[in-house]
Amino acid sequence: MSTPYAKLPAWADYGLIPFFNLVVAFVVAGLVVLLVGENPFRAAAIMVEGAFGSGRNIAYTLFYSTSFIFTGLAVAVAFHGGLFNIGGEGQAYIGGLGVALVCLSFDSILPWWLTFPLAVLGAAGIGAAWAFIPAYLQARRGSHIVITTIMFNFIAASLMVYLLVGALKPLSSMAPQTRTFAPGGQLPKLNWLIELFGGTVRSSPFNLSFLLALFCAFLVWLLIWRTRLGYEIRTQGFSAKAARYAGIGETRIVLVTMMVSGALAGMMALNPVMGDQGRLQLDFVAGAGFVGIAVALMGRSHPAGIVPAAILFGMLYQGGAELAFEMPNISRDMIVIIQGLVILFAGALENMFRPSIQTLFASLGAQSSGVSASSSERA
Amino acid sequence: MAETAIELVGINKSFGAVHANRDIHLEIPRGTIHGIVGENGAGKSTLMSILYGFYQADSGEIRVDGKPVTIATPNDAIATGIGMVHQHFMLVQNFTVVENVILGAEGEALLNSSIANARSELARLEREYGLEVAPDAIVEELPVGLQQRVEILKALYRGAEILILDEPTGVLTPAEADHLFRILSQLKAEGKTIVLITHKLREIMAITDNVSVMRQGQMVATRKTADTSVEELAELMVGRHVLLRVEKGEKERGEVKLSVKNLTVKDSRGVTMVSDVSFDVRAGEIVGIAGVAGNGQSELLETIAGIRKAQSGTVHLDGAPIDVTGAADPAELRARGLAHVPEDRHHVGLVLSFEEYENSILGYHDDPAYLKGPFLDIEAIRADARAKIASYDIRPANERLKTANFSGGNQQKIVLAREIEKDPGVLIVGQPTRGVDVGAIEFIHKRLIAMRDAGKAVLLISVELDEIRALSDRILVIFDGRIVGERDAGATEGELGLLMAGVENQEAAE
Repeated sequence: MSTPYAKLPAWADYGLIPFFNLVVAFVVAGLVVLLVGENPFRAAAIMVEGAFGSGRNIAYTLFYSTSFIFTGLAVAVAFHGGLFNIGGEGQAYIGGLGVALVCLSFDSILPWWLTFPLAVLGAAGIGAAWAFIPAYLQARRGSHIVITTIMFNFIAASLMVYLLVGALKPLSSMAPQTRTFAPGGQLPKLNWLIELFGGTVRSSPFNLSFLLALFCAFLVWLLIWRTRLGYEIRTQGFSAKAARYAGIGETRIVLVTMMVSGALAGMMALNPVMGDQGRLQLDFVAGAGFVGIAVALMGRSHPAGIVPAAILFGMLYQGGAELAFEMPNISRDMIVIIQGLVILFAGALENMFRPSIQTLFASLGAQSSGVSASSSERA
Repeated sequence: MAETAIELVGINKSFGAVHANRDIHLEIPRGTIHGIVGENGAGKSTLMSILYGFYQADSGEIRVDGKPVTIATPNDAIATGIGMVHQHFMLVQNFTVVENVILGAEGEALLNSSIANARSELARLEREYGLEVAPDAIVEELPVGLQQRVEILKALYRGAEILILDEPTGVLTPAEADHLFRILSQLKAEGKTIVLITHKLREIMAITDNVSVMRQGQMVATRKTADTSVEELAELMVGRHVLLRVEKGEKERGEVKLSVKNLTVKDSRGVTMVSDVSFDVRAGEIVGIAGVAGNGQSELLETIAGIRKAQSGTVHLDGAPIDVTGAADPAELRARGLAHVPEDRHHVGLVLSFEEYENSILGYHDDPAYLKGPFLDIEAIRADARAKIASYDIRPANERLKTANFSGGNQQKIVLAREIEKDPGVLIVGQPTRGVDVGAIEFIHKRLIAMRDAGKAVLLISVELDEIRALSDRILVIFDGRIVGERDAGATEGELGLLMAGVENQEAAE
């Protein structure tokens, strides 16, 4: 049977379609805003202003984006291996334990630049270990990874509550959180980076882990497209039969892929725990693990798409918070609805406009040159 | 002269830059069998998909019985009286025959009346065309030939006057194919029009009234079958003279390279697929395994390649055992000089979404020549891929093109280049020319014979009896998982056909 549509040029695949989905999401969101009796254009203006209007706002947007880059990359790596890791939330949460243990142990002995690499190892190591268990159950026992990773989110949450009201809590404290880390356990802020571009930031949580996130994005690209392991992961992800034929051990690939994914999710904890709060608190992940799924979908599992997608969601978080503050009719929950719409159109309904856009391109394509070659017939 | 059943006028269809159908004109007279032949990628399937409403033509007109029609969906096609029997059956495996026949034409909410209708209609069709099928049989329990008959019944039940069959004999034994042709002749006698798409020129000669040849999206010729020959058709398809049978010289056999003893393989349901099979393949010979698809040859091949586990038996490669009942590893077998061209290049032999060069190392990606530490040596891999593209004439010659965008023949060449260029001692090959155009078949056959002449051991599995007979030095026939006979290269088609159908005792059959 023949391929039904012409292949889209890359710019349409990675640019036009996500853009189209976003526009539709915002139109529907605008209707919702209209429904609660506010002006959608003013709402949009407040949101953009809230996200990018000042140096401080940009810093907050990038702070949220940092978390989403990590979790987006985590989901994307698993996607490449044909695995759907819904456990980013739990892996990030438990990753915070790694950060906290390192910081609590070394914050008054070592300077931050020595604590930081240890905390990275702690976060990545514990995140990977947490992902290893569902991966092992999938590879050896056939338990579906979607189910097990969801369940492991709940286990992680319960475990962290147990630790934060028990072993990790300072004796005298009544709050379920660790003590505040000494300066050796806190990451420097990156406010100067924004001031470099002329913005002014008095205080913000924007910190060094943003640069680590960008570096991880580069490493993920390197891993997936330039290493033998990445080649094996992609082979396994596209065709398990071809991987078997090529002598690629499925068990090994599932385990390694999920551990890389879990490590990336775990590193998300560095941003809020070591970069912002300076202590481990309940629920610091705040849904970033799930947002990572939308980010990965929207970014086509490619780091070059994930970073802008993460910044978009950072914008929705930061701009949304401002919007809830400015417009009394729009509550915090409304913001969640708008974010949900973006996830719905950009993620779940990602293919809704694809056929019509492809048909459009196919009809235009006859004249255009380009390498949109598609076999007219396949055996 | 019979009137025209279908007329295609100036049909054009492009997919992006690919012009799949270019100004196609075709007239098919009512009550005839019309063959359409062409290489893969020539545009046959696209044209039939336009006729059956899967695609819309960019321009042009379809006329049925002289009247212009618009066929936007398969339902329109059915309403116009066009039915299609697909190469891969569109049947619900665990439904009965009658349930499958009414699928999509169920009528009311309660099925009683439509099932009763279907029963009487089936009885009528059976009387008229000799299409016997038990209406209450479960489809998955029927042999392939009968399943195909259900497909034909489905189309007739919907009132098809024009029947399109896409590669209908690919899965049939010679006897089943003969039966199919009798049915088609019967249908023709009743005034139905049949369009037969196939790459088997012998079938075209045997059954069609007219034949049209497509090449590179164009209809290059239409001939009366009686006035043409296999040679002419092959030349029209490829655009140059082709050798239909590759020359093969004598070759001295060497030592045993691959030895299979008492091999038994069960599938995941516990059904015995390969039963107590033993044979040797020596250096410098091609051993062909003939058999109707589904008789265990696929499982046999996969077991030797280390992909599937055997229950019992042994396999030796160059005298050393392969752990077929335990942890045989395809990567290790490759390192030991066993190359494998799998039957299913789409899902096993290639990753279709990879670029060509990425597939050129599949399975050999551990080779230090392609690596720099943990990193792929992209430049070296691409250079290697370009060299293979040149020596195997893979087209288009672009190692960065997505593998899915190559034609079947070129995809197969990608696999063959990868497996042969590593200079293996033993080559096991499944269906090397399935879905491959005539020009590429010649090339692939020459390469396989070159392997044999270079003193390699080749194990060939194919459901194409012609291919087995053309290439093999010895022919083993597999039926129901057992080797039921061994013949030399001179065996006749009839003799092998009987063995393939499970008739072991030749004398009794004659």
